[in-house]
Amino acid sequence: MATTKKKTTNTIKLKFDTDWTYAPAPESKSAATIDKQYDLFIDGKWQKPTSKKYFDTINPATEEKLSEVADANEADVNKAVTAARNAYDKTWKKIPAKERAKYIFRIARIVQEKSRELAVIETLNGGKPIRESRDFDIPTAANHFFYYAGWADKLEYAFPNRKSQPLGVAGQIIPWNFPLLMAAWKIAPALATGNTVVLKPAETTPLTALKLAEIIQEADLPPGVVNIITGAGTTGAALVNHPGVDKIAFTGSTEVGKIIQRATAGTNKKLTLELGGKAANIIFEDAPIDQAVEGVINGIFFNQGHVCCAGSRLYVQESIAKEVIKKLKDRIETLLVGDPMDKNTDIGAINSKQQLQTIQKYLAIGKKEGAEIFQSSCPIPKKGFYCPPTLFTNVAQSNRIVQEEIFGPVLSILTFRTDDEVIEKANNTPYGLSAGVWTDKGSKVFNMTKRMRAGVVWANTFNKFDPTSPFGGYKESGFGREGGLHGLEGYLKF
Amino acid sequence: MALASSQNILPDFRLSPRIDQIGVEERAARFTTRSIKADAKMNGLLLVLNMIDLTTLEGKDTPGKVKQLCYKGMHPHDAIPGLPSVAAICVYPSMVKIAKKALEGSGVKVAAVATAFPSGQAPKDVKIRDTKFAVSEGADEIDMVISRGKFHEGEYNFVFDEIAAIKEACGTARLKVILETGELGTYDKVRRASDIAMHAGADFIKTSTGKIQPAATMPVTLVMLEAIRDFYYKTGKMIGMKPAGGISKSKLALHYLVMVKETLGNDWLNNEWFRFGASSLANDVLMQIAKEKTGLYQSANYFSVD
Repeated sequence: MATTKKKTTNTIKLKFDTDWTYAPAPESKSAATIDKQYDLFIDGKWQKPTSKKYFDTINPATEEKLSEVADANEADVNKAVTAARNAYDKTWKKIPAKERAKYIFRIARIVQEKSRELAVIETLNGGKPIRESRDFDIPTAANHFFYYAGWADKLEYAFPNRKSQPLGVAGQIIPWNFPLLMAAWKIAPALATGNTVVLKPAETTPLTALKLAEIIQEADLPPGVVNIITGAGTTGAALVNHPGVDKIAFTGSTEVGKIIQRATAGTNKKLTLELGGKAANIIFEDAPIDQAVEGVINGIFFNQGHVCCAGSRLYVQESIAKEVIKKLKDRIETLLVGDPMDKNTDIGAINSKQQLQTIQKYLAIGKKEGAEIFQSSCPIPKKGFYCPPTLFTNVAQSNRIVQEEIFGPVLSILTFRTDDEVIEKANNTPYGLSAGVWTDKGSKVFNMTKRMRAGVVWANTFNKFDPTSPFGGYKESGFGREGGLHGLEGYLKF
Repeated sequence: MALASSQNILPDFRLSPRIDQIGVEERAARFTTRSIKADAKMNGLLLVLNMIDLTTLEGKDTPGKVKQLCYKGMHPHDAIPGLPSVAAICVYPSMVKIAKKALEGSGVKVAAVATAFPSGQAPKDVKIRDTKFAVSEGADEIDMVISRGKFHEGEYNFVFDEIAAIKEACGTARLKVILETGELGTYDKVRRASDIAMHAGADFIKTSTGKIQPAATMPVTLVMLEAIRDFYYKTGKMIGMKPAGGISKSKLALHYLVMVKETLGNDWLNNEWFRFGASSLANDVLMQIAKEKTGLYQSANYFSVD
């Protein structure tokens, strides 16, 4: 309670462990219906897997089982690809483009209508805070469907004087960090351009993709236009290697991306890869510092750092390094780590035990390399997979925590002196997906963005996504663009 | 950037940190996504009530009106026992004596707006006299306005010297410096004016007079809280914050509390260091407190209008 007595402060330190605290504000689980078991969605019907095998899918925040999903084997993949091929030949490529648009609009609207349920499932299955699935994942997914629905009957304007044609059957493999959003990124442009789809969601986060299958049924898409099959790496491999697939779109690790590129080499399959990243976020001494700090925080701790374009390398100009580090430390003390279903949670659960182990391995490496570690003092739940927000200072460019993708809430902070130096260091990585520049000077922004080898460069902001804006990488971050006009090209031949 | 190495050396105010408009507005919006429920809501509401500078600043103010407001400040709603009083009653200098007498022994402070409030368009000696009069009548706190015209002209030394002179005239009274952010135009200028005011001796910085729109907003208040944070780190001196005008609903006031909690922390979460300048906020807070206690919203007719 408030008092009027004068408080004396001995040390210059802000105390974020306040007397006034937030009460728990959990979102209700009952907003979502999750079946006990899910089959494969092939040819517009739910079909039992040939293998008769199912695997558990859990809530990483509690380690409790949510449901079990079918494990598709080669025979199931074949069934799905055949269904997609039939749908392509018999219906989808024949119907007028404006009819395709209607179906996609319908999907977009149903996603919006069911946004609360989808948000709850996304959070339960993936561990991300409900605030993010509610305010970012689901609305952005719906926007992607709306956006590409608009393109379906306007392809001749998108590519004037070029005759575009769909490819046929697209095999799409998506990651676990933004399950529904990645499904939307993949399915929406494929359908708009007249292709049919076999989509495989990630092993750990299949549930919203399966809900999307229900939505696709409800939208009354012709059977086989979208097929959704669940499984692990072998299922994905079977899809990649299937001779009936005309296009592979993959988002995931660089390691698997390389395997896919090898597997599709010498075939007719068109390929787009969106792989790893180790983005540089650069703060110049003339930057708006408080907003830059906030941008760095959102750049690395958004979705527990499970973001391929996360700003995981921070370069701060030496003259302001102390101030920026102090502000970052203060800011991470105010981040709430815990139950992803709580509306006040900023950082939820790490997606899987395996990923938590990877992150912990890198924390150990960083310490061994002599970097100084700072972690927030926020208590973390005993059960479930959690990692507090972490900063590494006293870091060198040659450290593994600077060179390798950690894919967790871990920020490595380096300093620089001149523009040329920071450009060289920022580009000194096998990746090239994204980058950020913070400065008050417009000309400096353009100079930097021109010289930065990254698919996306954000200026005075970070992690902004819009369906109209293309996204994709340079170098080992992949090739091809998703989103915007460019996103159509990956699904067309001319 | 360009911070003075010692607190005795004044910074070049032209080099005050720059503010990115989009960034600061996004950050401010993020505070409003905090969900304040149950105990957090009740405790927050009580805290808000206790932080209010209950204000009447009208040409038609009379001793009768001020006395009624003072009673309300001490006894916001006796139907609910155990409620805190407000922090202060904010009046024109001519009403200070009346308020001081009415509030005697209650702990509720008397704040007076001085320095040719709200425009500040008067000679410095008039402003000093205005201030000294209010203090001599018993004001515990002085809410001054800065010379916005001079500020826009780039006469930062003038603005600085004026604040320093008023601070001296205040004696032991605490000085709140009103920037009138609605007339400053950009967040960069809000930040610069905040830095000038704090270095010149402000005990509090305050957004607005309430006579100009826009008055307090969350992004403007955030810019000022961040200025206070930087000043604290540099000098070790705490400065108070008072958003004023336009905060009339409990929910918005709770968002402000979230912002203070997550920007400055525990030391500022009391009415020694944070105030709301408001007139109609109190009744909305009372209505919400009654709702939390009884589970029902009561008619506005159950809460006194002063």
